[in-house]
Amino acid sequence: MPAKPDGLPDSERPWQLLRSTGARARRSAGIMAPVLLTACQPAVLDPRGPIGIAEKTLLIDSLAIMLAIVVPTIAATLAFAWWFRASNPRAIYLPNFEYSGRIELIVWSIPLLTIILLGGVAWIGSHDLDPAKPLASKTPALEVQVVSLDWKWLFIYPRQGVASVNQLVVPAGVPLHFSLTSASVMNAFFIPQLGSMIYTMNGMTTQLNLQADAPGTFLGQSSHYSGDGFSGMHFEVRAVPSEQFDAWIEDTRKTGPTLDAASYVELTKQSMNTSPFTYRAADATLFQQIVTQQLPPGPGPQSGRPHPSVSPRTEY
Amino acid sequence: MLGKLTWAAIPFDQPIPLIAAALVGVVIIGVLAWVALKGWLPYLWREWITSVDHKRIGIMYILLAMVMLLRGFTDAIMMRSQQALSFQSQGYLPPEHYDQIFSAHGTLMIFFVAMPFVIGLMNFVMPLQLGIRDVAFPTLNSVSLWLTATGALLVNISLVVGEFARTGWLPFPPLSEMTYSPGVGVDYYLWAIQISGVGTLLTGINFVTTVLKIHAPGMTYMRMPMFCWTTLASSLLIVAAFPILTATLAMLLLDRYLGFHFFTNEAGGNVMMFMNLIWAWGHPEVYILILPAFGIFSEVISTFSRKPLFNYRTMVIATMAICILSFTVWLHHFFTMGAGADVNAIFGIASMIIAVPTGVKVFNWLFTMYGGRVVYSSPMLWSLGFMVTFVIGGMTGVLLAMPPVDFVLHNSLFLVAHFHNVIIGGVLFGAFAGYTYWFPKAFGFRLHERLGKASFWCWVIGFYAAFMPLYVLGLMGMTRRMQHYDVPAWRPWLLIAAGGAAIILVGIILQIAQLVVSIRRRDALRDETGDPWNGRSLEWATSSPPPAFNFAVLPHVEGEEAYWGIKQRARQQAKLADEPNYAAIEMPRNSPTGFICAFFATFMGFALIWHIWWMVALAALGAYATFVVFAWRDRVEYVIPADVVARIDRANRSARGEVLARMQTSP
Repeated sequence: MPAKPDGLPDSERPWQLLRSTGARARRSAGIMAPVLLTACQPAVLDPRGPIGIAEKTLLIDSLAIMLAIVVPTIAATLAFAWWFRASNPRAIYLPNFEYSGRIELIVWSIPLLTIILLGGVAWIGSHDLDPAKPLASKTPALEVQVVSLDWKWLFIYPRQGVASVNQLVVPAGVPLHFSLTSASVMNAFFIPQLGSMIYTMNGMTTQLNLQADAPGTFLGQSSHYSGDGFSGMHFEVRAVPSEQFDAWIEDTRKTGPTLDAASYVELTKQSMNTSPFTYRAADATLFQQIVTQQLPPGPGPQSGRPHPSVSPRTEY
Repeated sequence: MLGKLTWAAIPFDQPIPLIAAALVGVVIIGVLAWVALKGWLPYLWREWITSVDHKRIGIMYILLAMVMLLRGFTDAIMMRSQQALSFQSQGYLPPEHYDQIFSAHGTLMIFFVAMPFVIGLMNFVMPLQLGIRDVAFPTLNSVSLWLTATGALLVNISLVVGEFARTGWLPFPPLSEMTYSPGVGVDYYLWAIQISGVGTLLTGINFVTTVLKIHAPGMTYMRMPMFCWTTLASSLLIVAAFPILTATLAMLLLDRYLGFHFFTNEAGGNVMMFMNLIWAWGHPEVYILILPAFGIFSEVISTFSRKPLFNYRTMVIATMAICILSFTVWLHHFFTMGAGADVNAIFGIASMIIAVPTGVKVFNWLFTMYGGRVVYSSPMLWSLGFMVTFVIGGMTGVLLAMPPVDFVLHNSLFLVAHFHNVIIGGVLFGAFAGYTYWFPKAFGFRLHERLGKASFWCWVIGFYAAFMPLYVLGLMGMTRRMQHYDVPAWRPWLLIAAGGAAIILVGIILQIAQLVVSIRRRDALRDETGDPWNGRSLEWATSSPPPAFNFAVLPHVEGEEAYWGIKQRARQQAKLADEPNYAAIEMPRNSPTGFICAFFATFMGFALIWHIWWMVALAALGAYATFVVFAWRDRVEYVIPADVVARIDRANRSARGEVLARMQTSP
């Protein structure tokens, strides 16, 4: 993991002045969240960060390039089929027209040229928007470690020493660097309004760089089916001004359980539709222990072991 | 005694599967009782179940596909209605049931609807088009059919005994491993696919051999109809790709049954290996399905435009190019796994390149219509519906091949909309076009045209209503396989999609009505000529339905569009070619090998799923013994005497003579 540039750890910042503001903002955000989720549809076409905006642009551009060919093709299909209908005496009949070098040239070159153009776009786009590529920014990135569990999300803030479940609070305008893994089965981490998704896999780390440009509340979800609790495996993403983020960290440090090996193992047990909560302290090496499998993968369903004939139904 | 099987395996507490199963049971018992009471069982056994005739096997494949389509579509209706209801609620299907339904829907639709449908059409049509009497290995063909039926049966048994997989149509580990799916659901999936996969592989080998080695005299490769070329390409893909599927699933079986660690989280297992292997089969698989459909459209558009296929040579090149390229793109199914930018970009561009030969094909169909006399029969309507719909699906496919775009649309309903767009708009429309087009050849009477057209319009409108909203939902960030959701903005679109599914349902009911009405009015719809559409390839040269031996004398092919050439010569000379010298014909004897082998395979699969080891051993022994008995057979063929051949062929010739006379009098 790349070291952050030297500076005051977030925990030593003079947060006290902002504390009351932060708490108020947090309360109001809590009330406002459902309303916000309703108002801003979690749309790929309504991106709120540089990655999402670039991907939307690429989507629209590629679509436009292809529509330039697809629309005339559909029109020609309908036009040819209509004009050359058997009942149309004005249409010419060419019963032996089965080859034309000129048409041959055209039918190969149109798709070929389109694909050469789109291929170039794909090459450049894949490199510019590689999920592992750090964002160009003067502000150092916030490190977040993400663990997908059955069936909830764990977010560890290693520098800040706190963690949260099914709730991701990030500073707006600051690049976010996610390191992701899975405690059990595959999942995909996806915040549609911020852009790229990425898989999470046990025993492996994937990298993702995103940023929210302005404060807002977004829907985050798992976008790779992971079992019975999959549909409830979404989380609220709150991008807040930096000061409020610091205040949130401080507030978080005050209450809640601590995250260590023992409480992590408890967390790996299957549960559905988990309400968000926070940990006041998190073991800084926990993520590494999960990735290297020093901590065991999630246990899966337990009832009916060792030989259940039917996979146990999950209570909900 | 019965392994893991206990009464607990029957879901007595769940009314939906029980009622469904009871209903299916009543229908099956009813049909069997009816057949038995009518005294048709010996006929069915003699003429159909033990048949090694490629035409009958093809028809049975298609029947299997259609019955399974009803089952798979029921699942679709349940999914659409669940998502229409489950906004901020649980709907009516709990997750463990909903998850089985979407897994079964995908499995059935790909393996037991699309595959048998196209294999059935290839089986029926390809030997007729090549001007030959049967495929290379007729008994093997029967084995393939019945093993496929075994797989379908196992999937349907899981409805009442135990459960089906809850892991999606491809069982991604580690979710499908013992740790996370300890029940029998994944085992049902695995054994059903393994057993039917053997059947599919045998079909591939059979068809490749047939197309490459057995031809009517003069039928060179570059004179073969387009559908034979696509059959060859598709069968080559089966031969190359299905062993990958079998090996991959075998590794998962070893993990689940013998504690291996190919794909587990522990002990060095690697899930990324599974993703790569399964899609190294999975992507060629979609071309296995779509290429025969392309062949059908080529035949239909040419016939109903009254013109040869435009640019035949290029079409052959494009088909074979797709065949090869389909193996170079599998990684686009997991751009989001975190491979580097170079890898993603290369596979993205490779995926886009497939659009080039496909685009060329679309343009060639377009120019086949140019200067033609387009007849709006229902096979032609399916083809036109395909051309319009498929380019939209192709466009969204290229969009998804763009890695950064895939990063926001992967696993979303946009993806679901895309592959339904190409599979319904491509494979299924093609299958329906082929079904309507070749139905008179198979049964000697046409399908009711107006009901067919009404069904077409319901399918097309229903398709757009059901799947265009899913594109929108994907752009709104909705992922696939959601049992419930909380975002209000998604709901209206899901309601529209449910309405679309209802329109498709009307289309299916109309298709059933079409079949019933056509059978009742078969005398009015009779095709006496053997050539109801003024066709251009050899299947139209024989009577409808064709005799067991297809052609009394193998036709001499003297150019592309073999039968068109024969017809032109007959018109110029104002008479049919001279009556040939008839000789006795040897045909392969029917054999119950396929059916008995599949009977044992069903028990073996069931016993493996439930760990009933004595039954596994017994069934394996039975299947082996069946083959030994078959291998020791001494009578391989039976002879149709020359006078019988002559009598059948003279009837066909006189029908054709009448048509010719009619053509002469009305220029």
